[in-house]
Amino acid sequence: MSDIALDDVLGKGWKKPPFVKRAWLRWVLIVGFVAYIIAAFATIEVDWGRVYIGLDRGWQFILSFTRPDFISRWGDIWNGLIESIVMTVAASVVGILISIPIGLGAARNIAPLPVYVICRGIVAISRALQEIIVAILLVAIFGFGPLAGFLTLSFATIGFLSKLLAEDIEAMDRSQAEAIKASGAKWMQWINYGVQPQVMPRLVGLSMYRVDINFRESAILGLVGAGGIGATLNTAFDRYEYDTAAAILILIIGIVMVLEYLSGIIRARVQ
Amino acid sequence: MPVLKRGDVQVWRRRTTGESMVRWFGWLIGIAVFLFAWQRISGATTWFFVWDAPRIANDIWTRATPPRWEYISQLGRPIWDTLNIATLGTLIALCLAVPVAFLAARNTTPSALFIRPVALLIIVSTRSINSLIWALLLIAIIGPGVFAGVVAIAIRSIGFCAKLLYEAIEEIDHTQVEAITATGASRWQVMAYGIVPQILPAFAGIAVFRWDINIRESTVLGLVGAGGIGLQLSASLNVLAWPQVSLILVVILVAVVISEWVSAKVRGAII
Repeated sequence: MSDIALDDVLGKGWKKPPFVKRAWLRWVLIVGFVAYIIAAFATIEVDWGRVYIGLDRGWQFILSFTRPDFISRWGDIWNGLIESIVMTVAASVVGILISIPIGLGAARNIAPLPVYVICRGIVAISRALQEIIVAILLVAIFGFGPLAGFLTLSFATIGFLSKLLAEDIEAMDRSQAEAIKASGAKWMQWINYGVQPQVMPRLVGLSMYRVDINFRESAILGLVGAGGIGATLNTAFDRYEYDTAAAILILIIGIVMVLEYLSGIIRARVQ
Repeated sequence: MPVLKRGDVQVWRRRTTGESMVRWFGWLIGIAVFLFAWQRISGATTWFFVWDAPRIANDIWTRATPPRWEYISQLGRPIWDTLNIATLGTLIALCLAVPVAFLAARNTTPSALFIRPVALLIIVSTRSINSLIWALLLIAIIGPGVFAGVVAIAIRSIGFCAKLLYEAIEEIDHTQVEAITATGASRWQVMAYGIVPQILPAFAGIAVFRWDINIRESTVLGLVGAGGIGLQLSASLNVLAWPQVSLILVVILVAVVISEWVSAKVRGAII
């Protein structure tokens, strides 16, 4: 039997199906991608000499993680940390309290159209603006200090939490809410007994997650003068005190880990 | 069911006495913590500036409007840089996140005792430090410029991508892996034909999602000197050129909205 006849009997060998089915689209994507990468690399200016010199300093920094210096600037670190934590707590509380009514308003199955549009607008604005840009504007308006950071974080929390809460409310089981309504409940009772029990576990989980994010964000607000540990960290970098910077970074990572662990426990208990 | 007895009449209650006491104490402690936090913030605030804020805000608004539209001709290059920081950063991060994710997932890690904790540590530490802080650090090491921004975004994204990816790997259908193994495939063939096809949609979704976030983050990296449109923002803020600031903010807002739209479209097409 010749080879061709054998192939006819056996059929073609199996080939992995491509990820993008349409051939022309696949090629356009590949060619466009390669062209973009070449253009991008061509326009980035990298001063390799400078990088080479910097490698030594980078190594020094990595080494400083093995001997972090908590002691010599402990006063500054402690004040910054407390300020970060205080901002996180206050902003999370206020943000969550405000985002609950806005979340209710942004759910199409609860709110009438005008309220829905206004609340969705607030959510969109809050989500589109970066924390750090909001912080710059608020520092310009309210002056330096943790108040600007507190307001920034509250504002960011509203966008995040309201959107996710509204989506959860829109996805809730309508029959339960209907049953409460049928028993003659007023609007508040309807929300309290028909809607709230359904979305509460997710609301708690999201709130814990947001506390976590707020703490991480509070670490950078100090860069623009909005209070918190960021200012101390920035100063440490500017003065090339890598030991202190390493200590601060270790503290931030540690606190984030603890928060993540706690929120994991709380979420597991609620759900 | 908790019931309150009043003579012969039984009244329904939502919680037992013990439960309400626990809740009451929880609220008490929560409010005390919040009040303490608020007191610290208010103590660190210059209230005169706050009372003056509406006037200042109004003043800034009149200075900032209308935006200086002709300044847009100088923003082309910074926008291109910002796009490059986000895209190249995401690509590098994905290349590094894939091995980390495979080492961190319970079902693919070579050693759950030694290698998995290291991979998880990489994920937590890169994730909990904001890209602005990474940029600050890298500028001290490799000098200011776009390259520092790319590396900062890349490092920050490793943890995020690897975390989502390893969760996807842990959730794969084990029977498919078993089937590939049963054909006598090698370890790498099992990886390529049993695991990768299952996580590919998740991978593409994560990549686009992170790219969207990175566009946001790269717009402000310039504030610390890491290239992109943030450099122009910071320069304009420093000379109080408010019409330019407002134009840059509008450009950033448009970029964020476009990137979110693209990411939503692509994710909708994949999933």
